[in-house]
Amino acid sequence: MELIWDGLKHALQLLFAGDPRVLGIAIRSLQLSGLATVISLLVAVPLGTAVALTRFPGRNLVVSLINTGLSLPPVVVGLFVSITLWRSGPLGFLELLYTPTAIVIAQFVICVPVITSLTLAAVQQIDPKLRQQLQGLGASRPQMLGMLLWEARLPMLAAVMAGFGAVISEVGAVMMVGGNILGSTRVLTTATVLETRKGQFDVAIALSLILLLIAFAVTWALTAFQQRGEVR
Amino acid sequence: MNRSNLGNWALVAVASFASAISFGTGQAEEPPRNLILATTTSTQDSGLLDELIPLFEEKTGFRVKTIAVGTGEALKMSGRGDVDVVLAHAPAEEQKYVDDGSIVNRQLVMHNDFLIVGPKSDPAGIKGLQHASDAIAKISAAQAAFVSRGDNSGTHIREQSLWKEAGIEPSGDWYIEAGQGMGATLLIASEKQAYTLVDGGTFLAMMDKLDLTSLLEGDEVLLNLYSVSEVNPAKFPKVNHVGARAFSDFIRDPVTQAIIGKFGIAKFGRPLFFPDADTVASASPNN
Repeated sequence: MELIWDGLKHALQLLFAGDPRVLGIAIRSLQLSGLATVISLLVAVPLGTAVALTRFPGRNLVVSLINTGLSLPPVVVGLFVSITLWRSGPLGFLELLYTPTAIVIAQFVICVPVITSLTLAAVQQIDPKLRQQLQGLGASRPQMLGMLLWEARLPMLAAVMAGFGAVISEVGAVMMVGGNILGSTRVLTTATVLETRKGQFDVAIALSLILLLIAFAVTWALTAFQQRGEVR
Repeated sequence: MNRSNLGNWALVAVASFASAISFGTGQAEEPPRNLILATTTSTQDSGLLDELIPLFEEKTGFRVKTIAVGTGEALKMSGRGDVDVVLAHAPAEEQKYVDDGSIVNRQLVMHNDFLIVGPKSDPAGIKGLQHASDAIAKISAAQAAFVSRGDNSGTHIREQSLWKEAGIEPSGDWYIEAGQGMGATLLIASEKQAYTLVDGGTFLAMMDKLDLTSLLEGDEVLLNLYSVSEVNPAKFPKVNHVGARAFSDFIRDPVTQAIIGKFGIAKFGRPLFFPDADTVASASPNN
């Protein structure tokens, strides 16, 4: 118990003193995961919407594959991205391993299936009559799609939260492709593992609390937006 | 959804992705300022590299990416040309990579000793013994809990050679394979009140967090030699050889060696490592 209490005290000290190393790590976590989530949205939302609204042979298989993304182990993604990016690998010439870009790539691969799968479910459950109504009222394609996504905003925002949550909390893939290098690829999760390994439990607890705080803050903002309007 | 919209979205997505990648690549395209150092968890967990790397970076302008994995993995990475320079402590293993041409210019840097540590209660009764192989045999006979690194690290390789010398194949519930770095393994051993093999530097650095004590040291088979090697540029043209050579020179120059010799005295009362660069590199990898 004393350990947790010490950890809490140390955490507050670090936070209020604005320890530059810790702040740097926290900001980096937020930047990388935020960027990965935003880029993932650009791919996942159109993909999920397209699959939700079209019928084609083999659709069930495709949907199953997308949904499997929800169970995709991040560490497996890390392994395959590492193998692809290391010098002796196919994309080794890009020299991306152990850089923040590699982290964004790995997190993108983890995040896209999550958001695609949840977008698919969100859009598919919209009453088809709405789509027909909009078309009947003369909406253009972009207008119709925009309205459908707005209609599904509750589950869509849950999808964004799930995607962000998956990548900000991830440690295995980031460790493998980033290398946990001080000053460039060390993020909150990998720093926590390192401090724990070194036996510096109070610092590890402090980092964990900061991570929880960030996760909560982002989720709170998204939830506030999600829950606007009358409760149905 | 009609084709052209999907096409537009896809284009935007691919464009942002490509620009994100090129942003990263652009930064890596400068002259090789980046140096990838593969090293052991013991040199990182003891804090030595945290002190030396910034000095090297300031002196030479290289940006060091320290990848701390077990010696086994560090050497495998050098065997694929994925790293530039290796700091390891398994002479016999390193020699294999010198022989196959993956690493060159292997030079002795420093040494310390391995220790067999364990619970104060010493259930296997190894305190006072002179030879590591006797101690390890007693631990096995008593089926006393022993935590192994289990990760092909330099420490693990040394541990395996001790079992081999004692003619024992450790197995059973008492033999715990942690598969983790030295710091984590020590924490497990402390928690389970088990024996383990550890290098003196890491043990000293972590002692106050552990409920373990040193029970056997001084046997010459427990000598722990750290060497620096450069990955062979003839075999792997993409390595940053200039940086690797600079690091090798740096870690062996008298100023750095003096720092290594003093490391830990202020905090722990004793040095964690003993500098060796002026002695002739150990040619016999008797391990």
